[in-house]
Amino acid sequence: MVLCFLIHTVCPVSALSAGEIRILYARVFGPETGDGCDFTPEQRRLVQKEKLHVVARQVRSAVALSREASGSLCTEAVLGEEAVALGEADRGVFSLGNAELFPDRSVVLWLGVQSLAFTLVCRPHENLLLAEGALRDIARHCLEELRLLGPGAEVLLKSDRVDTLLHRLLPHGQLLFLNHRFASSLDKEMASYVSK
Amino acid sequence: MYAAATESLIKQAREIKEEELQRFCGRIFKLLHTKDVSGETVDSLQRLHLIVSATKYARELPSDLVLKLQTVLRSSSCPEQLLVLSSSIIRESVPPSVHSLCSDLSQDSRTFSYVASVVLSQAGNKEDVIPLCHHLLKSLESRLSDGLISKHALPILSKMTTAYPEILTDDQVNLVSRKLVDWLRYASMQQGASMSSGGFFSGPRTRQPAPLMEVDGVVTGDFFTVLCVGQSYTEDQWMNMYSFSMIKSWLLTYDTDGTTNTESDDRSEVDSSVMSMVSATSSSSRLLSPKERLREKAFEYCQRLIEQSDRKALKRMDTELQKACIIESVSIIDIICGEDPSYVYRAFPCIKALYGRLNGDFAYARALLPIAQFYLNHSETAAVDSEAVFCQLFSHCPTEQFNDPMLAFEFVQFCLLNSSVLQDRVANYRQSFPNLLKFLAWNSSGLIAEFVELLPSLVAPDTAIELLHTIIDLPCLAATLDLQQRSACYQASDRTTWDQQGAKVAASLDAFRQLSYRGFFLYILRPEAGTGDTIDRLKLLHELLADMAESPRVVQCAQVVPVLLHVYFNTVTQKADEKLMNQLLLVLLERSSLLYNIKTFNAEVQKVFSTHLQALCKLHPPLIVDQSREILEFAGSPANIYSKEDFYTHVVWVIGEFLSVSYDPRCTVELITSFFESLEAVLFEITQVRQSASPPSYSPRLITVLMTTLAKLATRSQDLIPRASLFLSKMRVFARSGPVMACYSEEDTEEIITRAHELINLLKLPNVAQFVLAPSAGGDGPRWHRDTNASLPQAMRAVSGLLHRHSSFLPT
Repeated sequence: MVLCFLIHTVCPVSALSAGEIRILYARVFGPETGDGCDFTPEQRRLVQKEKLHVVARQVRSAVALSREASGSLCTEAVLGEEAVALGEADRGVFSLGNAELFPDRSVVLWLGVQSLAFTLVCRPHENLLLAEGALRDIARHCLEELRLLGPGAEVLLKSDRVDTLLHRLLPHGQLLFLNHRFASSLDKEMASYVSK
Repeated sequence: MYAAATESLIKQAREIKEEELQRFCGRIFKLLHTKDVSGETVDSLQRLHLIVSATKYARELPSDLVLKLQTVLRSSSCPEQLLVLSSSIIRESVPPSVHSLCSDLSQDSRTFSYVASVVLSQAGNKEDVIPLCHHLLKSLESRLSDGLISKHALPILSKMTTAYPEILTDDQVNLVSRKLVDWLRYASMQQGASMSSGGFFSGPRTRQPAPLMEVDGVVTGDFFTVLCVGQSYTEDQWMNMYSFSMIKSWLLTYDTDGTTNTESDDRSEVDSSVMSMVSATSSSSRLLSPKERLREKAFEYCQRLIEQSDRKALKRMDTELQKACIIESVSIIDIICGEDPSYVYRAFPCIKALYGRLNGDFAYARALLPIAQFYLNHSETAAVDSEAVFCQLFSHCPTEQFNDPMLAFEFVQFCLLNSSVLQDRVANYRQSFPNLLKFLAWNSSGLIAEFVELLPSLVAPDTAIELLHTIIDLPCLAATLDLQQRSACYQASDRTTWDQQGAKVAASLDAFRQLSYRGFFLYILRPEAGTGDTIDRLKLLHELLADMAESPRVVQCAQVVPVLLHVYFNTVTQKADEKLMNQLLLVLLERSSLLYNIKTFNAEVQKVFSTHLQALCKLHPPLIVDQSREILEFAGSPANIYSKEDFYTHVVWVIGEFLSVSYDPRCTVELITSFFESLEAVLFEITQVRQSASPPSYSPRLITVLMTTLAKLATRSQDLIPRASLFLSKMRVFARSGPVMACYSEEDTEEIITRAHELINLLKLPNVAQFVLAPSAGGDGPRWHRDTNASLPQAMRAVSGLLHRHSSFLPT
C-alpha cells in the first residue's frame, strides 16, 4: 500500500528563497492509523500537511546529496523531451525509520527530475520494484500531461488530471501488477479523460 | 520547471480574502445548477481546489456548496471530471463529509470509488469507515453482482483492512477469502469482448472471444494470471489483477492464525455463499476452510507466475512485471509456508529451480533477496542446505551492484530484518562486512541510519580489529569504488577522454591501473574478511588516493565514519576480552596519525578516538600498564602534540588517571617515574621560552593537563614531589613571558598560574593530594556525596579547610 504521493520542488528555484520548497501536488491515501484519533478534523489535516512537508524536505536533502555524490550535471530538458528527462532522473529510497510520521519503517521512494521530485511513501513489506515502476509510470504521465518541463502552472490548475491518473494507476494507494495490455487500456481511459 | 507564475498562483490562492472566497463559492454554486457542464465550471472548480489545498489550515466552504458537491459526487450521470474535482475539493475542505456521504452510499459502481476516496481520507477512526465497509461487503456477497461491484472494491477493502484489521469479522474474512479464490483461480480463459468504454468503433468491431496469450505470444494453456495478455479483459480478469495485487497484504493481515480454525470458520465449500454453522462441524476433513483454500489457490497462482516469468516477454514492460511478480510470488509463498509448514516441501523444488535460473543474472539481483529470505525461514524445516545461497548472495551482489541505490537499500534492509538469525546461522554473514560496507561507502548519506543499526551485528571478536581498520578506511573504499567505476567507464572510450574528464583524479586513476599498486586496491575491494587486519604502507595508499580526497562522494563517506566508529566502540567494548582491548588501544595509538587526509576527517576521527580511549581505559585500567611501552613512546613525543593535540591531551589524561597501583599492582615506582620523566621532558620542551621562539601553537588546556598529570604521578611516588613542585613553580615565568602573553588571553595565563599554585599547595600535603588528585573509583556514586562518614565529604572538608588557610591561592 502506498501512503501518499507527492510532486514537489527539490532544488533552489528562482521563484523561491533558498531552502524553501513547494509541494505542488499531494495525495494522501487515508485513513492513517495510529495517532490522530483524538484530533479534530482540522488538526488532523494540519498534522498531515506538516508530515508531508517533512517528507518533502527529507527528499530534497536526499536528492541533493545523491546528485552531489554522483557529480551529475542537471541537464535542462525542455517540453517534448520528457523521455530524456526521465531517463536522466535520479532515483533513490530511504526509510523513515521509527519516526512517528507514518506507520513503522515506512519507505520513501523518490524520483528526481530536474528541479522536481516525485515521491511515494510506501508501507514496509511493499514490493519496491513494483512501486518503482509505478512511480516512473506516474511521473511520465505527469510530465507529459501537465507539461511540467514547461513554464506553465498546469500542475496546480489541472491537478484533477493527476487525480485521475492515480485513480487508475494507484487506486486508493494499491500498487497494481499491470501487464502492458492492462496498462494500455488504462492509458486509453486516461487519454479520453484528458481529451474531453 | 517551477516558474514565478506558479509561485504567484500559490500565493494568490493562499491570500484570498474570506468574502472573496464566499463570492467565488456562490458563483460556483450557481454554475453547478446549470444543466450542461461548461468550461467555466471546470475551470472554477479547479481554482477552488487550488484554494482549499494550498493552505495548511483548512478552509471552510459554504454548506450549500458542500452539499451540492456531495450530490455531484453521487450522481451517476455526471462527467468524470466533475466527480474527480468534487471529491478532491471535499477531501481538502472542512467540515468533513464522511457522515453525510456514508448515510447514503451510492449503488453506482463508477461513483463509488470517488465517494470512498473522500470517506477514507476524512475518516478519523474505524467507526467512520464501517458503513463503507458494510456496503462493500454487501456488494461482494450478492451472487449476481459481478457487474455491480466497483472495480476498486478490492483496493478500497485492502486500504480499510490495512488501517483497521479488526474491522472484519471472521465470517466476513471468510467471505472475502472465498471471493478472492474465485477471482484468482477461476477468471475467464477468453479475452474480453473489446468494448472499450465509449470507444468510437466499439459497436461494430465487437469480435468473437479470442484465447489469451502468454507474454511471449504463445496461447495460454492454464488459468488466468496477471501475466496473461489479451486485447481486452473481462471484469473477472480485472478482478484477478486486483486480487493478486492485494493478496500479500491480505495474507499478512488475516492469515496469521495458523491452520487451526476458529469456531466461526466454516468449512463448507459446497455452497460458498451460505454461512452454515452445521457444516462447520462437518466431519469431512478433506474440506478446506476458506482461509486454507485461499492459501492453496494463492500458492498455485504464485507457482504459475514463477513458471510464466521464465518466458521471454515481447514487451519491456512485461519483462519488468515478470521481475516484480517473481518477488511478490516468492514472498507470498514464504508467508504461506510460514503459516502452514506443509507447503514447505511443495515450495522448495520450485524456489530452488527459480534460484538456479536467476542466480548469476544481475538483472534479477533484487529477486534473490526474497529467495534468500525463503531459505532463511524454511531451509531448516526442509533440511535443505542453504549455505551456497548465502555465500553467493553476500559475495556477489555487493561487489557488482553496490551502486544500485534500490538494491543497496533492500539488501541492507534484508540484513537488518534478519540480523540475529544471520549472525547465528549464516557463517558468511559477519565475514562479508568488507562487501556490505561497499553499499555504505557508495551511498553514505542514504544508508547511514541503517548501518548504525546493522553494525553491532557485524562485530565479532575474531574480526573486530579488521572491522575497525575497515571503518577507518571507509573513505578509501569510497574513493576506490569511484576509481573502479571511472576506470571501467573510460576503458571503452579512448584514453584522451578520461584524461580530460578525469583530469582532477588522473594521478589516482593512473595508480589504480598500475600493476604495482594492484595489491592495495585489491585489498580495499576484498569481498570478505580474513586476509589480514590491514595492510602495510597504508600511508602510501592514502597518498595515491590524495586526488580523490575532495570528491563529494568521499567527503560524504568521511562524514559518516565518526558516527560509525562510535557505534563500533560502544558495541565492541561490551564484548571485548582483555586481549582485544589491548589490540584496540594499539589501533587507536597507531591510527591516530595514519588517516586519509580529508578536510576535517582527521580531527573528527581523533575526537572519537579520544572519547573511546578514555572509555577503554576506564573499563580496563590495566591497559595502561600492559601497553606502557607504546603509550610512553606516544606521550614522550612532542611531535604528536602538533599533529593531534586533542588525542594527545587525552592520552596524557588517562596516564594521570589510571597509572596507579590501585588499578594494577604491576604499577611500580620505576614505571611511574619513567612516565613522569617523559612527560616532564615534554612539558619542559614545549614551555622553553626563548625570545626568538614562536608563540606556542597548542592550547593552554594541554599545559594544565600535563601539569596535573605530573602532580598526580608525583603523589603516587612521593620522591617525585619536590621535582614536580619545582617544575610547577617555574610555570609563572612561562605564563608571563612575552610570546605566551601575546598568544594566550589574560584568562588563559591566569588559569595556568592558578592551576600551578593549587597543585603546589596540594603537593605540600601529600596524603590529601593523593586523595584529591585520584579520587577512588566510587566517586561517581551518590553514597560518596551524601554519606558524611564516607571519605569524599571528609576529603572535601579537608580541602576547603586548606583553601581557607591558604586563601592566597584563590583566583582573584
